[in-house]
Amino acid sequence: MTVQVLARPVNKEAEPPTERAKNRHTMPLLGAVIVVWVVGWLIFRNHDTLVLSFQQQTDFHKWINDLRDNIQASAQHNWFFHGVIGKITTFFNWLVEQIQHLFSLPAFPRPVPQVGWLGVLVLLGWVGYAVAGARSAILVLVTVFLFGILGAWQDSVDTLIITLIAVAICVIIGLPLGIAMARNKLVSTLVTPVLDTMQTMPAFAYLAPLALIFGIGASSAVVCTLIYALPPLVRITEHGIRSVPATTLEAAGSLGVTKRQLLRQVQIPMAKRTIVVGINQCTMAALSMATIAAFVSSPGLGQDVEQALQNLDVGGSAVYGFAIVIIAIMLDRTTTAASERSEKQSAARVASVGGPGVMLVTVVLEHLPRWASEETKGRRPLPSKAFRRGILGIGLVVVAISIWLSRQYLSLASFPKSLDFGTDISNKVSDFSDWFVNLAEPVTNAFKNVVTYGLLNPLQSLLGESPFWLIAPVILALALILGGWRALAVSVVCEAIIFGTGLWHDTMVTLTMTLVATVLVMLVAVVLGVSMGRSRRADTIIRPVLDTFQTIPPFVYLVPALALFGPTRFTAIVAAIAYGVPIATKLVADGIRGVAPTTVEAARASGITRWQMIRKVQLPMAREALLLSTNQGILYVLSMVVIGGLVGGGSLGYIVVSGFSQDQLFGKGLAAGIAITALGVMLDRIARYTAARHGRA
Amino acid sequence: MRRRNRVALVGVAAALALALAACGSGGIKDTTTASGKKCGDLNIAVNPWTGYESDAYVVGDIATTKLGCNVSYQNVKEEVGWQGMSSGTIDTILENWGHPDLVKKYVDQQKTVVDAGQTGNQGIIGWYVPPWMAAKYPDITDWKNLNKYASMFKTSESGGKGQLLDGDPSYVTNDEALVKNLHLNYQVVVGGSEAALIQSFRSAEKNKTPLLAYFYEPDWFFSEMKLVKVNLPKYTDGCDADAAKVACDYPPYNLNKLISKKFADSGSPAVDLIKNFHWTNDDQNLVSTYIAQDKMKPADAAQKWIDANPDKVAAWLK
Repeated sequence: MTVQVLARPVNKEAEPPTERAKNRHTMPLLGAVIVVWVVGWLIFRNHDTLVLSFQQQTDFHKWINDLRDNIQASAQHNWFFHGVIGKITTFFNWLVEQIQHLFSLPAFPRPVPQVGWLGVLVLLGWVGYAVAGARSAILVLVTVFLFGILGAWQDSVDTLIITLIAVAICVIIGLPLGIAMARNKLVSTLVTPVLDTMQTMPAFAYLAPLALIFGIGASSAVVCTLIYALPPLVRITEHGIRSVPATTLEAAGSLGVTKRQLLRQVQIPMAKRTIVVGINQCTMAALSMATIAAFVSSPGLGQDVEQALQNLDVGGSAVYGFAIVIIAIMLDRTTTAASERSEKQSAARVASVGGPGVMLVTVVLEHLPRWASEETKGRRPLPSKAFRRGILGIGLVVVAISIWLSRQYLSLASFPKSLDFGTDISNKVSDFSDWFVNLAEPVTNAFKNVVTYGLLNPLQSLLGESPFWLIAPVILALALILGGWRALAVSVVCEAIIFGTGLWHDTMVTLTMTLVATVLVMLVAVVLGVSMGRSRRADTIIRPVLDTFQTIPPFVYLVPALALFGPTRFTAIVAAIAYGVPIATKLVADGIRGVAPTTVEAARASGITRWQMIRKVQLPMAREALLLSTNQGILYVLSMVVIGGLVGGGSLGYIVVSGFSQDQLFGKGLAAGIAITALGVMLDRIARYTAARHGRA
Repeated sequence: MRRRNRVALVGVAAALALALAACGSGGIKDTTTASGKKCGDLNIAVNPWTGYESDAYVVGDIATTKLGCNVSYQNVKEEVGWQGMSSGTIDTILENWGHPDLVKKYVDQQKTVVDAGQTGNQGIIGWYVPPWMAAKYPDITDWKNLNKYASMFKTSESGGKGQLLDGDPSYVTNDEALVKNLHLNYQVVVGGSEAALIQSFRSAEKNKTPLLAYFYEPDWFFSEMKLVKVNLPKYTDGCDADAAKVACDYPPYNLNKLISKKFADSGSPAVDLIKNFHWTNDDQNLVSTYIAQDKMKPADAAQKWIDANPDKVAAWLK
């Protein structure tokens, strides 16, 4: 494998001059590279494009297949796969099943779970009160009741179970790891690149290998959710412990406390707030992954959304998507309220998680809704301890009675059908969508064709029909000009890896879609972000919409996009835009708002128009935020473009999906996963180093 | 510390809940089983097309109501289902389309999967055009004329060639190889699902737009629209042996059922039910129509058919 990866020919002569590009030379240099590229494309079109047709496989792909067969064959008796992995798999499957029988699945031979819906409802409400207070308890009660109203009781509870198990394990692993990283440089240096990879790798890429190792079902679901949700927790914990002021530590040190005491009595308590924010981020990431885990047969709402996608059932996807959104709101607000409660001084507010401070620490820190961290106006004093104890005690009795009742009466055990409006809502939405799709078809088709013929196809032929020996140095040159030497170095390695996977051409097609979608995302983000940054009112109107969009798990977007645009690459692009716009917009808005008011005042005093103000002052001053937002936009878009393989997006995403479902394509699918990761890392690094070099004006 | 109290309280609550769970189940009666033998768990793979759902829910429903099995349905792709039978998470696949490579691997070599006989359904895979096209261009049903019409099938996705629309990425298909080896000026574009194919046929027929797509029988959609099959070079034994060199039509499939070795040896009464399960394309299409066209839940659709066909069901249970 290594030999093949390194065997890539290096075209030194095509690389640009080696001196460090000065800012003012950037534009002409970029232009020159692009001219060389286009001319080369015109001459050498369709030569050496390294197209690998769908059924063709390289030796590398076959080698992975053989490896897979060996693992499968040895899984029966090998000590590692049978002994260690097998035990872990069995344990998780058993654990999930037990909890399911308790709360969601019929506990055979009972026709219903051990605890009926009323019991679950009251119990969760009580837990909400215990960890986060009365308001959260009400929110939990309403949300959980809605599970039933939406006709998604069992699957919603299953989703909660998978999410919470994953979060629990994340906390067990993540907190010690984060603390170790904060206290020990070496650990931090070793673990950080691993976290980087975990976060850049699109979830789709590791589903197949995980299913191979952990089998399909709950166990794989828990593990892949864990992989996705762990990094934010570890990073924010590290960040939290690190941010304890040095003066505080010194003061404590002068009192002669030991390192252990320092950690337990100073660092952890002071970082507690940040750590709870980490748990919040971890929970939200876990929820979004728990839906994608439907591809490895995870129980829960993801299955329903996947079914809806398969049946082009817009109504169904809306209902189940809504169920996921309310779970997200519930978890987010409850964990946020819990973190506020954990703060003794009620004046302090959560350091905005979306702020560039934390943002820069991470590659893709899920930037999730923050309804609850918006100014909590007129905070009421917390009820006294005795009062709370009393309520909790009474609550416990109510919980016990509810559970007992829900075991006695069928109507309190399984959610009554008469209250289930899921099908009605779903049919209404479907009817509406049919009507709308019919009506909008000419418009949507025209729009699709404009983007496809005007932007997507030309760019795809430029990237896909250029010989690899032309395009590879062109990308390197762009990386060098934009991001400097470090970006170049990363790009060389990533290109070599992509070449080694044998999927060069497909990667170029994926890159095309990613670039087109990113351009569109940034257009929308700048327009929305600028208006949000300039006007409080625009902000209060747009932000909740963005928050909602961010809570919707990625592949829920595919259903309406598919209904509107049919199975095309454009559908994947539309879904990617919907997924990438919120984060990009928020970052742009933050950046615009961050422009010093004195600068804005001074400019205004000089009598410039509003348009000049945006173009000449606010956008240039917010350059760093713009670059950061592009960086995030690219990564979000890439992960969605890959999932778009499910709906005609083609290229790498499609190969990953096929590898997942076709035996002989397993190796090729895994190779596509590797190529996607390499592409993601390359784009991310180029964008980050560009931001670092050109960010500050 | 308050936090510790809170943790303790949650613990007490959980303990209480469990304690309550241990005491009587009151007015809710256990599911009773009709037969004497214990059935236990039955995990049925559900592959992503409506016809399969019909099989799965009819068998699953009978297993639940008549044999007292604890049935769970696993939505998986075909090959994932095979893998699941080999690793023990899935007990049965109720509609298998050939897969000679997997038969060799799991049935012959690993011996983890066992053939459970035919379903009685005859499967056909092929390329289809909507009825209006067959009426207007009668010679389109011969593959030799496809290149003549290729320009009609151009779309934004097909890169200047004619578009051949495929289904779910997991479906059995030789289409890419066929296009290449028959020197057709076409590009395979993936629709993603059965619903996407049906949707495309509907809109092609309604708007009289050209469409060439992968489809299969048995499928309920034929009762709504009589799709016309394009004849590819005749299938001969072994002509599809090398996946990259295929240049002939798909073989006729006698769809069969599979059970995992572990389940076959478990002595569950559901094993005999699965082995005996046998019905016609029309039966399956009827249930599928209930599901796809009448939008019934699969379990309700299955129940409706079971109630209407007691004789057939009785034969499977003997």
